[in-house]
Amino acid sequence: MATGPGIKSEWIEAENIVVRFSGDSGDGMQLTGMQFSDTTAFLGNDLSTFPDYPSEIRAPSGTVAGVSAFQVHFGSSAVFTPGDRWDVLVAMNAAAFKADFPRLKRGGIVIANTAGFDRKSLSLANFPEGANPLEDGTLDGYTLYQVDFNKHTADSLKGIPLQPKEVARSKNMLVLGLLFWMFDKSMEFTIAAIRDKFLDKPDIAEANIQALKSGWNLGENMEIFTTRYVVRPASLPPGTYRNVHGNQAIAIGLMAAAEKSGLGLFLGSYPITPATDILQELSRYKSNGVLTFQAEDEIAAVCAAIGAAYAGKLATTTTSGPGLSLKTEAIGLATILEIPLVIIDVQRGGPSTGLPTKTEQADLMMAFYGRHGEAPLVVLAARSPNDCFRMAFEACRIAIEHMTPVILLSDGYIANGAEPWRFPKAEELPPIRVQFLDHANGPDNAVLPYLRDERGVRPWIIPGTPGLEHRIGGLEKEDKTGNVSYDPQNHEKMVRLRMQKIQSVERDIPPAELDSGTSGDGLLVVSWGSTYGAVKTAVRMLRNDGVNVAHLHVSYLNPFPANLGDILSQFQKILVPEMNSGQLVSILRSRYLVPAKAFSKVQGQPFTTEELCNAISEHYNAQ
Amino acid sequence: MMQLAFTEPAGKLSPKDFASSQEVKWCRGCGDYSILKQVQTIFPDLGVAKEDFVFISGIGCSSRFTYYMDSYGLHGIHGRALSIASGVKMANPELSVWVISGDGDSLSIGGNHFIHTIRKNFDINMLMFNNQIYSLTKGQYSPTSEKGKVTKTTPFGSVEEPFDPVALALGAQARFVARTIDSDPKHMRDVLLRAHGFRGTSFVEIYQNCPIFNDGAFESFSDKHAKKEQVILLEHGKPLVFGDAQQMGIYFQNGRPRIALLGDPQFSEDDLWIHDETDRVKAVILGMFSRMVQDGRPFPRPFGIIFAQEGETYEAMLHAQIEAVRSRKAKMNLDQILSGSKTWNIQ
Repeated sequence: MATGPGIKSEWIEAENIVVRFSGDSGDGMQLTGMQFSDTTAFLGNDLSTFPDYPSEIRAPSGTVAGVSAFQVHFGSSAVFTPGDRWDVLVAMNAAAFKADFPRLKRGGIVIANTAGFDRKSLSLANFPEGANPLEDGTLDGYTLYQVDFNKHTADSLKGIPLQPKEVARSKNMLVLGLLFWMFDKSMEFTIAAIRDKFLDKPDIAEANIQALKSGWNLGENMEIFTTRYVVRPASLPPGTYRNVHGNQAIAIGLMAAAEKSGLGLFLGSYPITPATDILQELSRYKSNGVLTFQAEDEIAAVCAAIGAAYAGKLATTTTSGPGLSLKTEAIGLATILEIPLVIIDVQRGGPSTGLPTKTEQADLMMAFYGRHGEAPLVVLAARSPNDCFRMAFEACRIAIEHMTPVILLSDGYIANGAEPWRFPKAEELPPIRVQFLDHANGPDNAVLPYLRDERGVRPWIIPGTPGLEHRIGGLEKEDKTGNVSYDPQNHEKMVRLRMQKIQSVERDIPPAELDSGTSGDGLLVVSWGSTYGAVKTAVRMLRNDGVNVAHLHVSYLNPFPANLGDILSQFQKILVPEMNSGQLVSILRSRYLVPAKAFSKVQGQPFTTEELCNAISEHYNAQ
Repeated sequence: MMQLAFTEPAGKLSPKDFASSQEVKWCRGCGDYSILKQVQTIFPDLGVAKEDFVFISGIGCSSRFTYYMDSYGLHGIHGRALSIASGVKMANPELSVWVISGDGDSLSIGGNHFIHTIRKNFDINMLMFNNQIYSLTKGQYSPTSEKGKVTKTTPFGSVEEPFDPVALALGAQARFVARTIDSDPKHMRDVLLRAHGFRGTSFVEIYQNCPIFNDGAFESFSDKHAKKEQVILLEHGKPLVFGDAQQMGIYFQNGRPRIALLGDPQFSEDDLWIHDETDRVKAVILGMFSRMVQDGRPFPRPFGIIFAQEGETYEAMLHAQIEAVRSRKAKMNLDQILSGSKTWNIQ
């Protein structure tokens, strides 16, 4: 502990806390939340974070549409989600209060910046004339701390030569200092971060540090603050950790695969929310020779990647739903060419433009079937921010070693969410085998670009290789030679060969394993993608309450692990929660003829553990 | 008995070496045959190793070309050949990349890639076979078909104005723009050689007759007699002259091109248009000739190198930037990438 318990304070020990920092877009809540999270992580808590921005870049100031929030869930036990409801709401203005009060836990804490609850702010937030939730009994039964952060910031920075605007901008540090006091977290990490960030602006750095310390002192000295909370470090596996966002983890996974395969990395992409970060992140790695290409549109982006793959690169393209729609014809080409191509779809609410900044899992059917003709490919899904690393690496490995396009599904929830990651060492990652053909592989020095190995995989032959000149294309090709063929029997044969090749990937992926529970349990919950954390938490809670429910998470979706059907057949009841109208459940039912039921939510919002617990219990108890 | 053996020196290829084993399946009399032949004719002399040629095509009659060349080739999807080619070029700038496309493939479905690939200036040779019709789908009007064109989808005539591909390419900031025609093999070979030698996106429009769905579309530029009145063969540094006895010229008067008899006293000798393939303003005007009329007489059509001015290519700048960053910033090893800049330990 940084300091011992003060004289006036009462200490309460908590296992898990969710704090929601909520304010106007200009209030610096993202930075505040991230600093709080970093310190919390360094001090050994497990955590999960989620930034929640408005979709408008600068919505009108002071309105509910302009509220920007950052949520952090930290605990002394394992944390798998950013939390359904918050224990502490920091509301920098009336609009933030309006947006985020409904999900404050009953009896929770509100820290309100009174400067943001004047008549004008209340009116901008559409409170009725004369109403003020801080005063009208709305918060009876809650703990309310009212602080004029604006005034305290101005007071604490007297004497530092700054413009009033710059002074006002420091108030988020005051908030942060107060929260550090309340949760007894050291300020030293943030002080170091501030010094680092404002190396060449010492005045600004000083102001921020001063504001931070004033915030701490506020807790120490103001009579209203009587309670502090301790969340003891979690017993995480020992090792070195870092913080990682889903999109960042994908970028790292792609670079790791490039390194492990010895191939240059190429990314063809077009900016689209919420996938753009991956293009931005990889564009920074020029010193590692990463080729990033911002194309004129989604189609050019994937086609350039196809060209790069043909010429021997580890080629990838990143997008979200609308972009995947545009890329489908080209992905079909990659399928019939049988070249390695990694397509990353960071899903968002659809159809059409839909809910660009909100999350959904509704592209699964599209990933499976969304191409004309029969064009099978490999489909994988990441389950958490740091799992994005593992699955991006896997997507590359399978694409290269099986000469196929692979679609990796992520979504807005894990793309922007962050969590601690016990990252691997480079040497712990498996090598990815790459073999460019360098000699004629047929009789009489013939080049047979579609001669397959025992797994059904054709050779990768790159232009520039002497003596292996050949043509490939989107027209149906003759088995082995790849020459254009309209022969009816050959077409059926090729369709089947391409399918068998994808099916054979099942021998190269880990078997399905129950995440919790056993085959004797009364119900199996099957999850895929970003619902993992919420489902895992819900199942744990129910099991602690004596409900015999098991959990299976599926990361490899096409092909499924070979033993998936066996596991499913061991349960009488199966529930599949998805953020769509029931896509995986349809596939499981048709593929395995099991009585799986859907639990759907299509609101652009992740499942809460509470609603999952309710749905699972209900299905468990149903006759 | 002594046997005389005449063998080619090792490594010297012949046009035949560039013919694939696949039967060529264009219609009899199709202009595509001539283009294939000219390409195969010049290829042995380009100084490029056979394995370094790559053909990328889209969809349409033209795009089957890829299957007939014994080189590396990728027959892609409709309109996207340039995008695929740009990926190949970024991945391996050493390859000699040729894109084969048609007027529908390039200017209709692939219009966006056409303008942006040209603007970005990848070192790609782009041969666009313009037959002013959709042939593979059996005869619908294309973006280069003349207004009023009667086709299966426009039984009462089309109501659209066509593109002039040369003007469009120049509008997209093309650095190499040329026009040639299937009926003049020598001219085509000269233009192809220049396109190959040019560093950057070389756009070559090839007038190509479709004997089935648009026969005779370019007759006024191919017919022995008509072409004398309708064709200007551009040569750098030479005046724009044409006509039976080269008696006509293009003059510049009051900022506009005018057709006149050479020596016409109304024009000064100094106003005779001398072709300068590095002059973008003049090139843009040449691109407008197809739509210009003087006293009811259409302007003659310019053939040859309309504009050529090298600039840095996209892939060269991309790789140069990587080198520049590398020279001041060390490559990060994988462990550094994995750990990022902020880590903490848990015991």
